[in-house]
Amino acid sequence: MSGKFKKKTKAKQEIPTTAMPDIVFMLLIFFMVTTVLREVTLLVKVDFTKAENIQKIDQKRLVTYIYIGPERLSGNRYGDTKVQIDDQMITDIPAIRNIMYDKLIEQPKLIVSLRIDLKSEMGLVTDIKEELRKAGTLRINYSTKREL
Amino acid sequence: MLLKKRAREEAEIPSSSLADIAFLLLIFFLVTTTIDVDTGIGLVLPPPPEPDQEPPPIKERNLLKILVNSQGLILLDDQPVVIQEVKDKVKEFIKNPTNDPDLSENPLKAIVSLKTDRQTPYKIYIDMLDELVGAYDELWEEAAQTRFGKTFERLNDAEVIVVKKEMYPKKLSEAEPDKGN
Repeated sequence: MSGKFKKKTKAKQEIPTTAMPDIVFMLLIFFMVTTVLREVTLLVKVDFTKAENIQKIDQKRLVTYIYIGPERLSGNRYGDTKVQIDDQMITDIPAIRNIMYDKLIEQPKLIVSLRIDLKSEMGLVTDIKEELRKAGTLRINYSTKREL
Repeated sequence: MLLKKRAREEAEIPSSSLADIAFLLLIFFLVTTTIDVDTGIGLVLPPPPEPDQEPPPIKERNLLKILVNSQGLILLDDQPVVIQEVKDKVKEFIKNPTNDPDLSENPLKAIVSLKTDRQTPYKIYIDMLDELVGAYDELWEEAAQTRFGKTFERLNDAEVIVVKKEMYPKKLSEAEPDKGN
């Protein structure tokens, strides 16, 4: 009897690791596919507003961001309200039309996500919206956080 | 003889470190991935008007004018209101259950117009827009319950179109802001 038990303990107790690279590769591929590498350094400060009735944007690849907020200056100070698209500061509001038009040609299903600081004035926002209308980029999204 | 023996030696690429390389890449993508999703209020802007196009005629009663000034004070069809009342007022205007001659003829003709000052803070505008979107969401939910007996989320595509287009079409108009003082 006791001999039988002893024999069992001698059995190999290893977890098979031959399939590990396959599992790792599967995870790797998942994260490679879901990752969006495009990130910009923010030159303006954006504090998001909150809202209750919001939607998710599922297709991140269709989205272009426009940032509006006070410019970051050296030493934790903030300047006037500025507009940033990609890594560029836009000083000339009518230039937005051409920039957005070019983006629309590249991606006809473009969604423009407006990331606007909550203290910005509506005058500037409306001017930008007018430019978007003229450029033909009509799908927009006011970026907000969920109100709890 | 010696030469022949050498040629028979197997030439294999060592694959024991494959898992390590894969792990390294995996960790890189894990770190760089942002899982958080973008949320926000989606809108579709109207296309730019043709140069010689006249605005379509709209009956006064079908238009709900909301004015928001730079202090966040709200005028709703010339009545001062607080923001908590806006949603119910908008729903009442669209549905007009009592056939009030001052409110909209029917939900298909109702248009809500939102106008701000140039100095109005963005936050107040979003709060306002949130209420308007919320009013339509609640109307759609009610319509889904009464017409199809399901929640709005469970409707199929055809039913969503019925609710959104034939029962309560969302008509938000954003007027040019005033210059302010």
